[in-house]
Formats: sequence, structure tokens, C-alpha cells
Amino acid sequence: MNKKEKQKYFLSVVLTVTGFALAAIGNAWIPTKADALHKNFEYRCVLYGIITLYVLWGIYSARTKMRREKYIGATKFRFVAGILLLLWDVCGTKLQILPQPFFPGPAGIMEAFVTEWDYILQNTWYSLRLYLVGFSIGTIAGIITGVLVGWFPKVRYWVSPVLKVLGVIPAVAWMPFALTLLPTPFWAAVFLIAVVVWMLVATLTASGVESTPKTQFEAGRILGGNARYLVFHVALPHALPQIFTGITTANGYAFTTLVMAEMMGQPGGLGYYINASKVWSAYYKVFASIIVMAVLFSLITNLIELLQNYMLRWQKGVVK
Amino acid sequence: MSQQFILELKGVNRVYKDEQNETIALSDVNLQIKKGEFVSIIGSSGCGKTTLLRLIAGLDYPQSGEIKLNGEPILGPDPKRGYVFQNGGLFEWLTVEKNIAAGLKARHVYAEKKHLISPLIKIMGLQGFEKVYPHQISGGMAQRVAIARSLINEPEVLLLDEPMGALDNFTRADLQDHILSIRKETDATMILVTHDVDEALYLSDRIVIMTPRPGKISEIIDVKMPHPRKRNGVDYLELRKKILEKFHLASELPQPEYNI
Repeated sequence: MNKKEKQKYFLSVVLTVTGFALAAIGNAWIPTKADALHKNFEYRCVLYGIITLYVLWGIYSARTKMRREKYIGATKFRFVAGILLLLWDVCGTKLQILPQPFFPGPAGIMEAFVTEWDYILQNTWYSLRLYLVGFSIGTIAGIITGVLVGWFPKVRYWVSPVLKVLGVIPAVAWMPFALTLLPTPFWAAVFLIAVVVWMLVATLTASGVESTPKTQFEAGRILGGNARYLVFHVALPHALPQIFTGITTANGYAFTTLVMAEMMGQPGGLGYYINASKVWSAYYKVFASIIVMAVLFSLITNLIELLQNYMLRWQKGVVK
Repeated sequence: MSQQFILELKGVNRVYKDEQNETIALSDVNLQIKKGEFVSIIGSSGCGKTTLLRLIAGLDYPQSGEIKLNGEPILGPDPKRGYVFQNGGLFEWLTVEKNIAAGLKARHVYAEKKHLISPLIKIMGLQGFEKVYPHQISGGMAQRVAIARSLINEPEVLLLDEPMGALDNFTRADLQDHILSIRKETDATMILVTHDVDEALYLSDRIVIMTPRPGKISEIIDVKMPHPRKRNGVDYLELRKKILEKFHLASELPQPEYNI
């Protein structure tokens, strides 16, 4: 790194944190008009945390050119994000220009996290459990169904029309049945998520299995593989890219179904938390729940992407 | 019966039917191949040479006639008859090494036979590429992997379906030499389908010329030159000329499809 580059990078780090610093200064100095339902100090702590994180990330990224360029590239966005936080804070909490209580400022949302963090955590865990159980069951059942449909023409004849019809029905439509037929609301929601995931994964697995080139089956047979080998070591790996397409698509539907199911009749979960808060006009809690969803669902999506990149590392263009 | 032949084809017929027409892919094919022999089958496209190879592999069935390996009829695909596909047919989700080992895994003999993998990698010149995926290697190398993958099962007969068809001339010559060195190492009988007269001359003990519509054997030529063969030797060029003439006469097309 020459001197000019050094200066540029340093400036980029400074600019990155300036937006958040301004947000913190604004929060500390501008007098608050809002009522008691806000946590200015805790909100500033979060901002300090973000600033520390970006400084540390800047130091870490300084080591390679690629990372530096990535960091510099994100500077504008991060700066503006800080300024927007400042504006939001001013409009929501400080001067209360935004209609209250519908649009609390960031410090108002902090109130929910500070006073009810354990309850939020409990509901997050409920959602996560629902998601994990429903998604796993759906995926496993989907792959099994998909392989059977793709492999046996008879199964395809009977099952694939069913999949097609079920595919157009939003899973939450089954909610009343699920709630009456299954022992607990938890399992009713698991059922709905599993159905959505199952249908998508099954359809795509089947198409992946069906599209396996004849040559590869012939190669497998000549190498001495029996039907079992052809299914598990030829058709299934060949279908893997499509299975993952199914899984990533199903993931999005699963989130929607999860939240809707929770809003319709669950004893817990982030969707339940939204509904329960709405009743008391505690919109800051609604926002808190939405933020947790954003973080949680992004994490899950990223994890799936990591797994996908690892499992499909043999594909062209996935790894260099 | 004649026990010196490892492979015998008698009166083999294969007809493909669809709604409109009937294609006689093979008509009364008779062929006997000795153990350890290298036989090439050449002919223009549509002469049934690949069909013949698929019948021997057990991937397809004749309508009439019999195909016997060691006196036993062929009922289906078997690791005893290795097959190298035109486009390699590698499993793209497995590394080079795992592709080669696939036959051992398929037959559940991986533990006992895994010592066969590294000599094959060496013979085929694949050292350093063990952990690489098929899309990362060249076409010539992919075919070497495909051949190694067939050889891992120690086949009695190796069937090669135009494995060099899609390769450039230098890669092709290199692969031909690899095939010759395998011949020295193993005593596998090899049957090569090709449309390249030079390739057939360079590698084979016998050349089977086939003609299309209906696909049948028109002539079988012995090649009695010692290895390594010089591609510009007098004997070589003379035989080449003879084959090309026959090929031309045998084929009813004005411009036969062969590579010079």
C-alpha cells in the first residue's frame, strides 16, 4: 500500500463510522420530546458497538487488496445508513414528527429489547424451533418423495398431479384443519411449514432425478452398480443442484408460512409477539420483532447458502 | 467349441422400430475375438458400430443371434466388460480419484481393492489431479480418467466407443499411446469403435470394416506390424491405402466419412 492508498483507506474508515458517530452525537445532544418509552443510552451503546465493529473490520480488512476494495466500496452505503439512523431518531424520538405511536424511533425500539429481552428471546426460540422442525421434516420428506417420483413411473403417475394441485394452495389455508387434527398448535404450524417445503423440494428433486443423462446410469450399471447405487450415487448427486434450488425457494415460503401461522394461532413465536403487541398498540415491539426476524432469517438463508456452496463445490462456477 | 475365442458373435441382428420406419442397425453380424486381441471397428456413421459395442456391453439386446463371453451368453451390463463412453460419462460430482474408485464402491470391494487406484493414476498420467473435479480438466484428461475408471474393475474386455472422437490431434496421439501402454500392463481384450483409419491402424491387431444400411461387417483386415508402429512406415502406408480403397468401395456413399 503506498501513501496515497493509505490515506484513501484511512479516510474510508473514518467516513464509514462518521455517519454512526453523528447518529450517536445527535441522540446525545438533541433534547427528547418522546415520553418515557425509549432508551437513549442503550441505543447509543448499540451505535458505539457498530462503530467499534466497523473500525475493527477496517483494521482487519486492511491486510489484503481485495478486502480493502470491498470495504471502500461499502463506505457510501454505511455512511448514509448512519445518517438515516440520525434522521429516524430525530423524527421518531426527538422531535416526534412521525405519527406516534406507529413509528417509534430507534431508541423507542430499544425499549422493547431492554425491558423484554428475555421474552423476545423466548419467542425467537419458539420460532426457530418451529422453523427447524418443520423445515427438516419437509426437506427430508421432500427428497424421499422426489426420488420416488423421479424413479418409479407409477409413483410419478399418482403423486405428481397431487403435488401440482397442492402447489398452488397457500399452506396456511390448511390452518383450521391442522389446528383441529394435530395435537398441539406447535405441531399444526410444523405441519404447515413441512407441507410447503415438502412440495417444493419434492417437485425439484423429482425433476433433477428425471433429468439424469442415460449415459450416467449406463456408466453406473457397467461399473457394477445395482439399482440402489444408481439411486444414491448417480441420480441423487445429479439432482443435488435442483434439490438446493428447491430448498432455497422453500426457505422463503417457510418464513412466510411460519409468521402467518404464528399470527393465526400460536402460543409463542415472533409472529405471535407482533400480534400480541399490536393489541396494546405497542408498535415499538412490533418493530423489535421485525428486526429480530430480519437478522434470524438472514442468518438462516446465509447458512443454507454456505451449505449449498460446499455441497455443490463440484459444479462449474461455484468454486474457482 | 472353439475355446481360444473370448468373445463370439453369431448371426446377430438388431432392428430399431418406430411408428414410421424400421432401421436395420445390425444384420447378421458374425465376429470372433481372441483373448488379448485389439480389434477396431470402423465405418461411416450409421453403420451400427456403436450398436454393436452396446450389444457386447449388455446395454442393448439383439433380436436374434447370440453374443457369448467365455462361452456364456451376455445378459446385461457387467464390470467384466468395461465401457468407455464417447463423452467420458464421468460423474461430475466426484473428484478424479473418486471417479476412478467408483467401480470399487459400486461393487462393494473398495477396502480390498483400493490399492489398484494409485497405479492406474500413474499409468494414465493423472498424478497431481486426484482431488480435481471433472469440469476442471481437459477433454483428453477426462477420457484418461474414464479409461482408468473402467480399468479399476479389471475387465476382461474393454470397450471403447470413439473415446478420442472429440479430441484434437495431439491429445489423440497421446491418448493412443496411453492405450498401448495399458495393453502392455494388462492382458485385457480391447474393442475400439472409431471412424479414424489411422487410429485403427496404429492400435489394432485386426480392423473390422462395417457398412451402413443395413449395418453389417464387410471385411476384416489383419494388421501384422509390431509395436510401436511408425505412422509413416512403408507397410503402414501401404495398408492404409488398401483400407481406404476398400472402405471407399465398400461404402456406397460418394464421399466416405473418414479422417486422414
